[in-house]
This record gives sequence, C-alpha cells and structure tokens, in this order.
Amino acid sequence: MKTSVFLGTIAASALLAGAASAQATLEAVKARGELICGSNTGLTGFGAPDANGEWKGFDVSLCRALAAAVLGDATKVQFVPTTGETRFTSLASGEVDVLIRNSTWTFTRDTELAFDFVSVNYYDGQGFMVKKDLGVSSAKELDGATVCIQTGTTTELNLADFFKANNMSYTPVNVADDSEAAAQYLAGACDTYTTDASGLAASRATMADAANHIILPEIISKEPLGPVVRHGDNNWGDIVRWTQYALVMAEELGITAANVEEVAASTTNPEVRRLLGLEGDMGVKIGLDNDFAKRAIMAGGNYGEIFEANIGSSTPIGLARGLNALWTQGGLQYAPPFR
Amino acid sequence: MAYASDAPKDGFRPSMLIYDTRYRGYTIQFIVLLLFALFVAWLLNNTLENLAAKGRTFNFGFLWSRAGYDIEQTLVPYTNDNSHFRAWMVGLANTLAVAIPGCILATIVGVIVGVLRLSKNWLIARLMTVYVEIFRNIPLLLWILMIFVPMRELTYEPRDFRVTDEMIAAGQEPAASMWFNDSVAISTRGINAPLPLFDRPLGSLNLGGVSVNLTFLAALVIVLGSVWVNRQIRARAQRVQESTGVRPTTWWQSVLVLTLPFIAFLLATGFHLEYPTLTRFNFSGGILLQHSYTALLIALVLYTGAFIAEIVRGGILAISRGQTEASYALGLRPGRTMSLVILPQALRVIIPPLISQFLNLTKNTSLGIAVSYLDLRGTLGGITLNQTGRELECMLLMMLNYLILSLMISSVANIYNRSIQLKER
Repeated sequence: MKTSVFLGTIAASALLAGAASAQATLEAVKARGELICGSNTGLTGFGAPDANGEWKGFDVSLCRALAAAVLGDATKVQFVPTTGETRFTSLASGEVDVLIRNSTWTFTRDTELAFDFVSVNYYDGQGFMVKKDLGVSSAKELDGATVCIQTGTTTELNLADFFKANNMSYTPVNVADDSEAAAQYLAGACDTYTTDASGLAASRATMADAANHIILPEIISKEPLGPVVRHGDNNWGDIVRWTQYALVMAEELGITAANVEEVAASTTNPEVRRLLGLEGDMGVKIGLDNDFAKRAIMAGGNYGEIFEANIGSSTPIGLARGLNALWTQGGLQYAPPFR
Repeated sequence: MAYASDAPKDGFRPSMLIYDTRYRGYTIQFIVLLLFALFVAWLLNNTLENLAAKGRTFNFGFLWSRAGYDIEQTLVPYTNDNSHFRAWMVGLANTLAVAIPGCILATIVGVIVGVLRLSKNWLIARLMTVYVEIFRNIPLLLWILMIFVPMRELTYEPRDFRVTDEMIAAGQEPAASMWFNDSVAISTRGINAPLPLFDRPLGSLNLGGVSVNLTFLAALVIVLGSVWVNRQIRARAQRVQESTGVRPTTWWQSVLVLTLPFIAFLLATGFHLEYPTLTRFNFSGGILLQHSYTALLIALVLYTGAFIAEIVRGGILAISRGQTEASYALGLRPGRTMSLVILPQALRVIIPPLISQFLNLTKNTSLGIAVSYLDLRGTLGGITLNQTGRELECMLLMMLNYLILSLMISSVANIYNRSIQLKER
C-alpha cells in the first residue's frame, strides 16, 4: 500500500524530467498561485486542522506567513500532511515546496539527503511521557520499560543511544505516526511515549485525562526543528529563511500584526524601515517585492505572537518560551541583521 | 523459346521482412522489443540524471553502516550496533515468521472450510458461506486492525497483574491474573508464554554466518528417527498379517519407540520451561508473542483461508459426480471417498490457484506496518529507508526481496504440482 506511494513518487520524480529543476521553485509557486506546504498529519498546536477543517498551528502559521510574503495572500496555501516516514520523500520528489513539520536538523539530512535546513523555528529536545501512577520520576528509572516511538525519526536513534549510554534495556514499539503512538501509549501497549518535548506537550493537551500524564525532566537530545527545502534552489531557501527571520526580527523590534501599519507610517528607525521595505530593496534582491516582510508579519503576527497563540502558556499545550525566547531575553532566537 | 520462370529461390531478401508473412511477425516483435528497451533505458537514464541533478548518488554502501535503531521482535540476533544489512535480515526473518505459518494454517483452514461448505448439513454449510463471504469481501487491512485493536484495548497492562503486600493484607485481588497455573500472561503488550530451555544444550554450528541450533536439530532427527522406526514396526506387522492372517500386537512397541528416545533426549539435555515473571515494567523471561504478530497472522490466515476455501470447493466440484458414485458403489464411506478419491483428483485443479494465494499471503505481510509489526517493509523499507534517505536503493532491494521470495515459493509449489499432475504414460 505504502509501497505504491513510494514507487509512485519515485516514478513521478523520474518522469518529471527536470521539471522541478534547480532555480524554479519560486516561479513554480507564483505560476501555481499557491504554496504547497508539507505539514504534520495532525499535531495539535504545531500543525493540525481545526474543527472547521482549517489548518492551524505554529508551523502552519509560518507556512501562511510565507504564502503572504510570496503570493500576498496568507490563505493561498495547500497543506499536504506527511508522516515521519513520508515527509522527506515528499520534499525530495517536489510534491511539496517546503517542509515545515517539526523536522530535526541533522548532518545527514542536510548533506546526504540533499536538503537545506534554512533556519530553526523551534529549539526542542527529546523527552519522555509516562502515566503518573506508574511511579516513575526520572527517565533513568525506565530500565526494562516498553517505549512507544515514531519510526523514521531522530528520536528513534536518540532513544537507542540514551538507553545504551545509561546501560539500560528497553523494548521498542515502532509506530508510524503521532496519533497512533499516542493511542498505543494510552492503551498501555507501552509504558512511556518518547518524542520531542513539544510534541509530548501537544499530544498531552489532546488527551482526555491530561492531568494523569507527566513529562519526565530529562531532555535527552538536541532537536532543532525548522523549515526544510531542497538543495540547489538557493533563492527559494533564502526566501524561506528570511521570512522566518523577519518574524523574529519583528518581535525584537516590537512590531506586531496589529501595529505594523501604524509603525510603517510613523517610524524613523532605519532598521525598521529596511525590514518593512520602506528603504532599500531587500525584497527585490530575493525575487519578491519590498514589503514581503510586512505582509508576512500581518499574516499572523511576529514570532512571539505566533508562539503565544498556538503553543504558548495561555494555550492548552502550555509551552514556556525557554530556549525559544529572543536572544535579548536569554533564549536562542536570533535573527541576523537586515542590511 | 520461353521457359516458365522457376519458382523463386528460397533465398532471403531484406524486403521479405516486411512483405513476407513468415518473417513479418519477427520484424514487429523486434521493433517492439527495441522500443521497449529504449523506453527502459530512457527511464533509467532519466532517473540517474535527476538523481545527479539533486546531488544524490546511487550506491548500496549504506547497508554496512550502523543501523542505530532497535527492533522489537528479533529472530536473528540483533542490536542497534549491527548494520542496516543485519536489520534487513531481521525484517526478512520477521516476514517469514508470518508468511510460513500463515501459508500452512491458511491451507488447513481453507481445506476444512472448503469441504464443509459442500456439507449436506444445512447449518454448517451456511455458516461456512457466511465466513467466506465476510472475510473475502472486507479489506485485509481492516481485518488486521479489527483483530489487533481489541487485543490491545481489552487486555490489562502488566502492572495490573501485580500483587503487593498491601493488597494481600487488604484481601484484594489484582485486576488481572495469569492463565494456566501462572504460566501464560495475556497483557496489552502481548502474550507471554513459557520458553523451553536446555541446561546442557548441544551448542550451535556456524555455517557461514548462519548458525544452526544443534539441540533443535538433534530433537528433529530423534523425532523423525522414531517415526521411521515406528513405520518399520507397522510394516512388519502388516507383512506378518498378510502371511499368517494374524496381526501381532504392536501398539506398546509404537508407544515406546515414539516416546522413550525423546524423553531420554529431554532428560539428557536438561529440559525445563522458563516461566514469564513480572518485573518492574514488563513480564520478562519466557516467550513474548506480540499482539501485532498474532493479529497479523490470524487476519492473514482467516482472510486467505476464505479464498483457499473457494478454490478447494471449486476443485472438488470439478470432479465429476460419477467418481463419488463409483466410490460409494465400492463401499467407501463419505469421509474415505473424500480423502481417497475426490481430494487427490481435486488437488490438480486446486494447486495452481493455491500457489497464487500463497504469494498473496506472503506479499500481504507487508501490511504489518499498520500494527507496528517490523517486517521487511518496516525495517528495510521503513526505518532504514528513512534514516539513510536511500529511497530508490531500499525500494529496489525490497522489490527484489519480495520477488525472490515469491519465485522461491512458486518454484517449490510447482515441483509439488508436477508430482501430483496426471501422469500420462
């Protein structure tokens, strides 16, 4: 079943004789009038359709900002749900223009798989979730446990390394996607469910008995998650990268979706003027127009606004900014200068 | 004077390739073959060009690098330090662990149901019809989930089996308890059963990477030897009966020959059972049959069994009614008629479509991914493919793997098929 999908993509990638050749992603998106964004199959808070079938989430908002920057309309996005297994094939074959789906930046993916991780929109780490009444308070107490794990992820490899490093044993249950892993965990097919801590918080928020599950304090890996594009189309990579940085920059400069027009009308700060396209020709240099960043900010607000609206402490997911605070507030979110 | 010209010489002229019907066929075949080869070459070239354009290479070196991931069910010794190749072999073993028992059990189910469907007993015949129609007409994937989900949802977690001192003091019973005198536990994780172990095993023999368990081999030899000796005893009894008319009593000899050597073997090797015991999180010791394996096997057997039942029924109906009547006329009872007269003839009709059902079952094991069963598709075509990003290589290897498996099954089955074919002398 899955095989035929893979073969289809392989055959398609073979048959599309260089149709998606190197520099063409921007032209293709413009010609299509729609951005195709590889998203999660449904991770509440990061990328999932809401009750009205509209995609919502932290990653989804970046897709919308990108669509606003490139096409001028944040609604012109088609979301293609991908699993941990199918995501990279979808991107490599040109099925999606950009993959914004909690994907960890690693050496192999960046080099051998021929992708570019253009930036990091969420600094994450792998954690473990257990049921409260299991009586476990540390991941180091999990010797002999059964662990639910999503296949085709970096977490799968970290898990093996963590247990080996701590001289413990475990039984893996390799599950295809987040929702199935959560179902297995809830049914008791495993003692603990491991994935990125943000993913655990998101899964927990959807559980009926959320209070009965705890996330253990150990974070066993570095998981820098960010948008991914194909190797070779550097211009497209630049567009995705600088759209993301524009949102971070906007937070740093105090520009929000609500006040962007006002700021644009009144500001004298040269940095703000460059960002909003009132000065210089930043946008033209990457094949867009000069107020691409302004449109991206208007789509869903700056980085901080997107964070708070989707996964922040006021949402059921309730993630703290932590590493994802701005560098000025002790976090790692740092946009290079717009000049 | 004019001679009538000779009939054209039988020489060959190029124009005959088009105008002569004797050669035209070859011309067309040649052209089609050429076009097909060109098409394949174009596809290959296109793939390679596009891979190069994406900066991707095509090689199988990744198979020897460290896999780094763990697999739940390993029939071949494996740790995450082994290579991707080893993980592939683990996956292959897991595929075979479903496919081989699956084919055998599906055949048994299919033959029984196929025969019963023709039963004169109204109730049995209708029940079998219901079974066949239900299983044949609902997708296999749904059946796998249908069997798997209740196994997971309706069982207890291992910790529900725990009996603590406080519970004894309070006179409470645990939520769940083990079966068969505390030897089998059915939990959300799977079925834990006792594992036969030997204190003094005979070791194993390493034949070029494949290790053969000598204890198991010895047990097999002893059982086969006992059966052979038993047959000799019975054959002798038959000869005595034919010459004297009196059959000597041999049942006690049979019992002795069949049981004594095996018991002696078990005692000599120190046979005992290792029972599963509850540890901090799980049952350890014994054998763990994961629910994913059990559900996949049951679903495949019942699903394929329904198709085989129809094949068997068709095969039986293909034998003319006269055969049954002739058999009855000779005084054979219905059961003997079926097993001695009808089925052997029906086999000729049954075997060829049966082979394709075996192939279907083997290929359908790849649906195990739906219940997190790591077979060939889950390891080589799933995790290895993703961790290394070698889609093309992994897919080609996997296709090749299934192809070889299927060809092996059909060649073995074809040998059997030839042996039961009508021998024309």
